[in-house]
Amino acid sequence: MTTSTENGYRPHHLSHTVVAIVEDKPGVLMRVSSLFRRRGFNIESLTVGPTEEKGLSRITIVVDGESAPVEQVEKQLYKLIDVIKVSDLSSEDMVARELALIKVRANNLNRHEILEIASVFRADIVDMATGSVIIQVVGDEAKIDGLVKMLEPYGIRELSRTGRVAMVRGTKTTTVHEREPEQIARVHASQGRRVDDMELPFSSD
Amino acid sequence: MARLNGAQIVLESLQREGIDTMFGYPGGVVLPLYDTLPQYPGIRHILVRHEQAAAHMADGYARASGRVGLCLGTSGPGATNLVTGICTAWMDSTPVLALTGNVTRALLGKDGFQEADITGITQPITKHNYLVMRADNIAMSMREAVHIASTGRPGPVLVDIPKDVFQEEAEFEWPEQINLRGYRPTTEGHAGMIKRAAKLIDEAKRPIIISGHGIIWGDAQKELVDLAEKANIPVITTFLGIGGFPESHDLSYGWLGMHGMYYANHAADGADVVIGIGMRFDDRAMGRFNAFNPNAKIIHIDIDPAEIGKNFSTAVPIVGDAKRVLPKLAAEVKEQRRPEWIRWIDQLREDHPSLHVRETRRMLPQYVMRTLYEETQGNATIATGVGQHQMWAGQHYIYKRPRQLISSGGLGTMGFELPAAIGAQVALPGQEVWAIAGDGGFQMTMQELAVLVDEQLPVKIAIMNNGYLGMIRQWQELFYDKNLVSASITQPDFCKIAEAYGIKGLRAEHKSDVPRVIQEAREHRGPVLIDFMIDQEENVWPMVPAGAALSETLEQPASEAAR
Repeated sequence: MTTSTENGYRPHHLSHTVVAIVEDKPGVLMRVSSLFRRRGFNIESLTVGPTEEKGLSRITIVVDGESAPVEQVEKQLYKLIDVIKVSDLSSEDMVARELALIKVRANNLNRHEILEIASVFRADIVDMATGSVIIQVVGDEAKIDGLVKMLEPYGIRELSRTGRVAMVRGTKTTTVHEREPEQIARVHASQGRRVDDMELPFSSD
Repeated sequence: MARLNGAQIVLESLQREGIDTMFGYPGGVVLPLYDTLPQYPGIRHILVRHEQAAAHMADGYARASGRVGLCLGTSGPGATNLVTGICTAWMDSTPVLALTGNVTRALLGKDGFQEADITGITQPITKHNYLVMRADNIAMSMREAVHIASTGRPGPVLVDIPKDVFQEEAEFEWPEQINLRGYRPTTEGHAGMIKRAAKLIDEAKRPIIISGHGIIWGDAQKELVDLAEKANIPVITTFLGIGGFPESHDLSYGWLGMHGMYYANHAADGADVVIGIGMRFDDRAMGRFNAFNPNAKIIHIDIDPAEIGKNFSTAVPIVGDAKRVLPKLAAEVKEQRRPEWIRWIDQLREDHPSLHVRETRRMLPQYVMRTLYEETQGNATIATGVGQHQMWAGQHYIYKRPRQLISSGGLGTMGFELPAAIGAQVALPGQEVWAIAGDGGFQMTMQELAVLVDEQLPVKIAIMNNGYLGMIRQWQELFYDKNLVSASITQPDFCKIAEAYGIKGLRAEHKSDVPRVIQEAREHRGPVLIDFMIDQEENVWPMVPAGAALSETLEQPASEAAR
């Protein structure tokens, strides 16, 4: 896996945004990332979180298009039993965002300048101390890259970026619309397959 | 509903799935399961001597019968020993269910005695795997595991169960339905694509079918014959596809690849439309990818969409089950004769008869295989190891039915032959099963001779003994300037080994012994091992050197042929 280079990010013209809806089960993230390693697909960023439906997670993967023909990425993902739906957003009109927290050196002399830069980028100050501020910014990669570049001369102590989440504009979704038939859901529930309170002693993701 | 413990639920589940045979080896954490086995007399447990062989036996059982093969190992080393066998099944897409025990839940992740993260280890080499953390999850996991292993593109599935889950009690309810939202194999084939494929075939001057393992697993031999006959399309198979199309058929032109027939390789290279069915355009079959027949338009029919477009770009992709797709395609294509194209391949076969067995005084392995074919009237099920003998067995025995040749094609696992033959014999009681081995590979799993005795299995073993790791010698001769390093291998007296286990051992030292020892072995009711002291220097031909194109197939050099 490769992730950041100088300035945190690489240019994105060769990358694809792939969204996978997966069963929220132990080990599923490992299955997905292991597949990318195994097939030599380079991940630029990967984010995972819950979806609109209980029991499902949404994984957003930005994959280097040169290392991975996006059709193969999709098909290989579909082979995983826990992957329910895969969408390639690359050709769609999409909203893509990430969030970054940036801790910048600041002193009485330059703090004002830093706050002004942040406000130009519509970023928020979420913490302030005598020697530093934490700036929170949301936007596409280019905007965050731009802010990072502006802040670099002041000294960036720490940079944490979430990676991309994305959504298609308009009514189209990446959602799984199909509901589990009630009878089967009952069997699953009675067999304890999706139990919230179950604590595993470890989980491979 | 009944209250059972986890071990009972496992065995109940197996019974419901119709799985009545397991190849296994006990260990600490699976003792609760073994403790329960006597309660289920309908389930036969075969005690192996090494877990790797258990997985190969399950694999051989599956390949011979078409049913799911089950192997069982304990945690840690028991589980890791299964890995080679699981990977062998994975590469060749066979339905093996591997059951492992693990340390108690409280010890998981704590590096407990004999703990191995076997679900993590086998993740890339299984179709799916389960770590079952509650007894009331066992039934559903077992049901899903068998379903996943045996449907779509088959493959191995592993179910890992901690010791205390075997002991935990739960209400047993057999799930009648499965709902795997992320697993719905496409079987029917896209009607529009089938029409496009038919048009391409109708317009083709030189079409060829390359049929693979998928024909065998899809039970589509008849459908394939119907299609080939209607449109008069010559058929070549992959190595694993051998038997998927009867080799005695007029349209059969052998198999292609690194040691495929000269005319098969050139037919694939000379075709204008290549119809790949249930095969994956693997490098051993196709030669160097970018040098393969640039003029061919490819129609690719496979049940696994990820195979389509993986190695070659495809003119017409059809995702579906061969048994469902081929009749629809056959209905669409026009009847044709194609006399010129067929005459061209026939001429090629006449000029380059790759399967000619030379008349020599020495005992050639090709002669042994041909004699075995004749003596068994072509009816035996053949399981092989990996190397020269494997290729000779593929070339010089003539296969008429699916599941007749059982061999590790994808992973190329030496030592596969004996355990695979045992699995096949268990699946096919009363039928003739031969294990063809090399003297090197046989030493990797020969401890399983004990199983033949325990289970009274009449497997016949033919060792092609040339005192070399023959394929290694061949490569070192051809590509490493005859610098033979670790190619020569010593071996015990195999007949004495057999006798030590209580198995009849025979040796053929001269060519004239060959028919007689084969007859003697066939007449003996129990297992027999035959040590064939074959010619030491013989190489496998034809050959496509690694990285060469199919059009660059080499035939046996005159110097070798004249020996």
